[in-house]
This record gives sequence, C-alpha cells and structure tokens, in this order.
Amino acid sequence: MRLSQAWIVARHDLGMIRRRRTILGALIALPAGVSLGFPLLVWYIIAQSPGVGDAVIISFVDAFAFWFAIGGVMLPSSISAYSIVGEKTEKSLEPLLATPTTDGEILLGKVLAAFLPTMIAIWAGAAVYMVLIDEITRGTLGYLYYPNAAIVVLLFALAPIVAVLAIEISVAVSSRVQDVRSAQQISGVLFLPFILLYVAAEIQVFPLDTDHLLLLAGILGLVALVTFRICRRVFDRETILTRWK
Amino acid sequence: MIHTEGLTKQFGPVTAVDHLTLDVQEGEVFGFLGPNGAGKTTTVRMLSSLISRTSGSAEVAGHQIGDPSAELQLRHQIGILPENVGLYESSSAYENLEYYGQLQRVEATALRQSIERLLRMLDLWEKRDQPVATFSKGMKQKVAIARALVHDPVLLFLDEPTANLDPEASKTVREFILELKRERRTIFLNTHHLDEAERICDRVGILNTRLVTTGTPGQLKLGMSGRRTVAAVDGPMETMAAAIRARLGDRRIEIQGGSLIVDVSDPDRDNPEIAAAIVGAGGRLRQLTQVSASLEDVYLKLIHEGASPA
Repeated sequence: MRLSQAWIVARHDLGMIRRRRTILGALIALPAGVSLGFPLLVWYIIAQSPGVGDAVIISFVDAFAFWFAIGGVMLPSSISAYSIVGEKTEKSLEPLLATPTTDGEILLGKVLAAFLPTMIAIWAGAAVYMVLIDEITRGTLGYLYYPNAAIVVLLFALAPIVAVLAIEISVAVSSRVQDVRSAQQISGVLFLPFILLYVAAEIQVFPLDTDHLLLLAGILGLVALVTFRICRRVFDRETILTRWK
Repeated sequence: MIHTEGLTKQFGPVTAVDHLTLDVQEGEVFGFLGPNGAGKTTTVRMLSSLISRTSGSAEVAGHQIGDPSAELQLRHQIGILPENVGLYESSSAYENLEYYGQLQRVEATALRQSIERLLRMLDLWEKRDQPVATFSKGMKQKVAIARALVHDPVLLFLDEPTANLDPEASKTVREFILELKRERRTIFLNTHHLDEAERICDRVGILNTRLVTTGTPGQLKLGMSGRRTVAAVDGPMETMAAAIRARLGDRRIEIQGGSLIVDVSDPDRDNPEIAAAIVGAGGRLRQLTQVSASLEDVYLKLIHEGASPA
C-alpha cells in the first residue's frame, strides 16, 4: 500500500468536496451549531435556574458533547456517499481503476477524503465548545470542566471510530444504490442508534462518562473491523466493474 | 504486443469470452468487431487486468495478465478509453488530465508538457480551464482519449470511441486515431462501426463470444466473396461461356440476364483472357467488374451464420 498514491486520490476528492456547497455547509453548520448553540443553552439554564445542581449541569454538558460523536456519523456519510456514488454516476470509476493504483489505495484515499474534513470540523467545533462551556460553567462548578478524560475519549476514540464506521457503511451501500441521495439516506440509518444513545444520556439511562464512552468505542471499533472486511470485499475492482448496479 | 491463448471469461454459467487466441503486433491498429454482448469490453478488461480471466493466458506489453506483481506495471504501460468517458464533469479538462497523470506517476514537468501537447493536438488547449460539463460529447471524448495518452502508453485500448457521437464528432475522433496510427502506436480498437474499422485498422477480428475470424479488411472481404468477375455482354451467352472455359479451363460461370459471372483465380491474369474470349466468340463486352463484398457483408454473414471466410 503506497500512502502517496492514496493521498493523490484523497487530495483530488478533497478538491471536489470543496466545490460542493452543501457538503461544505454541513461541515461548518453542524459543528458550529453544536459548539455555539449548546453552550448558549447551558448559559440559559444556569441563568434561569440559579440553584441548579452541578450534576445536572454536567449531565447536560456531557450529553451535548455527544453531538460531536453524532457529527462523526452524519458528516462523513454525506462526503463518502458523494465521493463514491458520485464516481459511479459520473462513470469515472473504471478509468480510475485502470490506473496503477490498487483497490486498497483507492479505498484509503476515499476514506481519508471523508475522514479528514470530518475530524477537522469536529475537533475545531469541540475546541470552541470546550472554551465556551468552561467560560460559562466555571462560576457555578468552581473549576474548569474541560479538558477531561471523557472528552478526550469522545474526540480521539469514539468520534474517529464512528466516522470510519459511517464511511465503511457508506462504501457498502454505494455498491447498491444509483444516486448520492439514496446513499446518504441509507447510510443515515446509522444516525438513529446514536440519537437513541443521546436521548438515553439525557434521561440518565446511559451516562456518557469515560467508562461508558470507552465501552462504546470498543464495541463500535469491533463492528468497524467486521464492516471493514465487508467493505474490502465490496470495493474490489472486479466486483465494481461487473456487479455494482 | 498482445498474445492470448485460449483466454476465457465466465460470469457464473454465462461464457462472455470463449477460448480467445489472438496476436496483435507492435505498431498495429487492431479492430475488434462484434455485436453488443459479444465480449469485446470483457476482453479489454481482461487484457488490462481490470478483471480476472477464468482460464487461458495472455501476455500484454510483456506482462502476464493475472500476475498480481505485474498488474501495476502493466497499467503504467497501457492507456484505456472505456465505453463511458467517465470524466469529472465539474473539473476542467486540464484538471482531469492532471489527476490521471499524477496517478500514473508522471513527473510534474513532463506531465505539464504532455497535457499541453495533447490538448493542443486536440484543439482543446484554449478551453483547458473550462469545466468538462460545458463540453460537447465529441470534446469530452477527445479529453478522455487524451487522458488515456497522458502517460505516453505503449498500448492503447479504445472501447467504442465513436459510439453515441454525431457524424462530425465521430470524424474528429477518427482523425485523431489516425494521427495516433501515424505515430505508430499500438491500438486495440473495439467497435461495431465497420466503416470505421475498415478505414482505421490494419487488421480486424470478429468476435461473437468466440473469435470467428481475423485478417486484414481486404483479406476478409476477399475470403467471403471469393474472386469473381462480372462481364456485362451482348451476344450468345452459352457460346461466350464455352469460349471462356476453353481459355481458362473448367470453372463455374453463372449466366444472369446479360451478365456472365466468372470465378477467377488471378484477376490480373484472367480478366484479359475473359475479355478476349468474349470478343473471340462474337460477343460485345460492355463492362468488366471485379466483385467484392463489403466488410459489412462479411461481418453479417460471419455473425449470423457463424461461417468462416474461405
């Protein structure tokens, strides 16, 4: 596997993504919404309920931060759906496969093109979120809540694993659909379990502390490994040329 | 440049290409003719190691297909124009070529020069920065051909290069292929445009899952029609036929209205004898024509009857 060859594919796809306003908009809007909107909500809660307990504030802050993991599902799905199904609809996969680039290098390039902007957007949004939350909660909590172990796990283990899983599912789905929107919609199904987890966190059923986040990351990491095998089988040049519909 | 031996591809129970044995020489333009579903595209995909073979062997540009260690080197040495141009519509012509050149590991300066040379040859240099989406079908096809050539391959596979093009665009693409032929490039041309094959190709092969025949267009036409001379005459038909047999020996002569159709073995030698026999038998010769089948006749006969030319 030559990383430089994969990087040529990724660089090209990143250039294509830059031209897609809807994708760029999603990359900016979701992290910006989470990093600005939720701290505003926390500020409002504290302002409106002066006697609110630390535990309640922390549960809100943790649950809101979980949206950065949900972003790990939503953002790469739309990018990778475009970068693979887009090639399919433009029928540009065959010329690409005819170059001296291995299937693995092409796949890695596509994964990087979806993964890198997603993680940059999530990390940038999370940095703003942490600064604002610290600023808003310092007076009430009496200490800086961020950075902490849970957010490190969320941003550097869970979100990347979730992003990779979303991309893998998108690749698998891409072999069966004819247009980008269908790919995005089907890949978006992955979004639902995360919303359920978010709701569970909000109602204190599944606390999003370090231990639970690590457990979740571990389980999803295993799922991602299994999905990777499916993905490699689907993204095989003979399969693409003869079986992709 | 290409040598295949019993090359076969099956998709489940369906045989797409059946025991293809073929040779294409360096510098040759080889036309691969056949109806839709005959296995032409599958053959190109096997020869360019895009898909695996079921059985048989093939050597392309010195590399055995199916050898994983040689696959990438092989793809460095060949250029492919697939049936669908598959360009990135929102990218410019230059960007499309640059991307493929980079994937082919062409050094930056050489790549810039190659792109400029190709786009100038194709009259697209002035439009190099325009998105491909704004191009006509013919222009897109030219960009796709340039993409196949950007790394200066030794062998070019062109799959239906003029399919779905209007006559003017087809002519432009054909002229470019002829330009490549003048550069002595080896070209493997899939087409079902017989006229195109006849005008461009040194040799053609007719495929209908199995290879039906190969040869130069001239050889195939001759093989199918045989060598026959039609003499339009006035006079006693039977007497003239007998006079021709007396001069040329016993042979098949058909009398159709005012014409004698004579089987000949060497037209240059036999036709003057036929003319002399007719005049000698008291006939008047109005016209003497060498019969030849068109490549279309040959193709249709071979495809529909599965016959081999004589």
